[in-house]
Amino acid sequence: MNAAVLYTLMGVGLFSIGLHGFLAQPHLLRKVLALNIMGSGVFAVLMATAWRGPQLPPDPVPHALVLTGIVVAVSATAFALALLRRIHTATGRASLPEDTAA
Amino acid sequence: MNAWIVWPVVVPLAAATLSVLAGQRMARVIIGSATVAIVGALAGLTLQVWQNGPQRHVIGGWEPPLGIQLYADGLSVVMLWMSTVVGALIGVYALGYFAHDSGTTGTAATGEHGDNSELFWPLWLFLWAALHALFLSADIFNLYVTLELLGLAGVALVNLAGGQLALVAGMRYLLASLLGSLAYFLGVAFLYATCGVLDVRMLSTRVSAHPAVWLAIAVMTLGLLLKTALFPLHFWLPPAHANAPAPVSALLSALVVKASFYLLLRLWFQVFSVVLPPVAGQVLGILGVLAILWGSVLALRQQRLKLLVAYSTVAQIGYLFVLFPLAGGTAWGAAAWSGGTFHALAHACAKAAMFMAAGTMMAALGHDHLHELAGMGQRLPLSMFAFALAGVSLMGLPPSGGFVAKWLLLDAALASGQWWWGAVLIVGGLLAAGYVFLVLRQAFAPLPADVRYRPVPRVMELAALSLALLAFLLGLMAIPPLTLLQIGAPFVGGLGTEALP
Repeated sequence: MNAAVLYTLMGVGLFSIGLHGFLAQPHLLRKVLALNIMGSGVFAVLMATAWRGPQLPPDPVPHALVLTGIVVAVSATAFALALLRRIHTATGRASLPEDTAA
Repeated sequence: MNAWIVWPVVVPLAAATLSVLAGQRMARVIIGSATVAIVGALAGLTLQVWQNGPQRHVIGGWEPPLGIQLYADGLSVVMLWMSTVVGALIGVYALGYFAHDSGTTGTAATGEHGDNSELFWPLWLFLWAALHALFLSADIFNLYVTLELLGLAGVALVNLAGGQLALVAGMRYLLASLLGSLAYFLGVAFLYATCGVLDVRMLSTRVSAHPAVWLAIAVMTLGLLLKTALFPLHFWLPPAHANAPAPVSALLSALVVKASFYLLLRLWFQVFSVVLPPVAGQVLGILGVLAILWGSVLALRQQRLKLLVAYSTVAQIGYLFVLFPLAGGTAWGAAAWSGGTFHALAHACAKAAMFMAAGTMMAALGHDHLHELAGMGQRLPLSMFAFALAGVSLMGLPPSGGFVAKWLLLDAALASGQWWWGAVLIVGGLLAAGYVFLVLRQAFAPLPADVRYRPVPRVMELAALSLALLAFLLGLMAIPPLTLLQIGAPFVGGLGTEALP
């Protein structure tokens, strides 16, 4: 098993941990954090693909994708947090009604 | 000027930014000129595609994979026209809707729409830019970015309504949308890792039956099904679409769900078609059938008009997926492909008209309880007429767009010997008739004397009626879009139009 495969598996593992958190945690802040962990998992998979062997320089395309992906993730997280604050102000809760009842 | 292809994206993006900076009064001028410019650019692009086939454009001369390439074929152009015409008429409707809203609710009680309706215009333009960029993107990573832009603009629009219900529905929509895009993004990473390219056309020559490709297909499809709200992943759609302001409901139901469907079409028929077994299409078809039945039954059980229309969207999305099992063979593939995409077009017009008519009734009555709609047929005859015409297209009666779409799908079902899909189309049409008549029966009940009623701007009624007429008459002008759809389509040969009556 080489390093790239190990990193890829780690990325998939992170994605799965995030997915579990997203589905299992009722608190909206934890859901947003879980989405960020899933995103980090995808970034890890992409960074692993940049490896082209010890002699060659890394492939720049995945780096560009990860950078763009980070910008998207930051904007989406900021928006989700702002919405979360408004929900908390309006309802006094920080979870969706269907999760609160369960 | 031969790069018409960039303007459908650049114009709404620039107009959105300008309309934030400029004041309210300038906003109308900006929106009007932007709409005219988009229509002009789209006409130029259509002519190019019609005469010379699919168009490519490399932005700034930076070649892929690091640069961004735009690509337009018949399917992109038809989708762009759908979003431009439906989007523009929703804009006209919104002019009346928000004027009515601020004019009658005053300053103290801003009602359920809050006081941030001026934010509608930039968000609507951003949504337009994201949609157009999605329809014109040629690589799977740019498609991811446009999906996220579309999701964020859509959620922000839902939240314009303020109110607890809209905030919670918006959050549920945002979480579903982000989860869907992340799943898609993981698929992008796997495809790049195995194939080394992002361009849709280059990918199609490089995918093989590799485990990572299978994983990519699975997560991308699941993510996009969640975003398209195909049964059983539709839970987020009805509350989000029903609690948004009426123009936003129309935008989301008519256009936004079609974007992820379009992406699925591209991926399944232009990238993964070499590795996917026929049974995969059958699975999507079965989910589509369940969506038609489940969505229609729930629509019949709703007490609120906007929820009824939203569940009707859940059902109508099902028809789009009947395309997948039918487009398997080359002989009838063209008819199924044309039928499915034409259904997207017809549903966009009909559903936008329905949500707009429902919004007009809600603005007049102050609520949308189904059992208190009595007299609406007399008070708002144009809106009820629009609702009924749109309903005719949803039922699939001639000469509506819905009829042509179902006819083509039925033709493909019979030609491929899979008649049972055709049976579902007919049952679905009957169920649609059920929930449309449920509304009409209430609305044409005698007018009660004691109901308070606020007059609504005429422009709202006329915009809804134009779209409903378009949906109704789409069947009579089906040949140009169906011919366009064949340009660059994965199915060569038969036009799919010879099956028309």
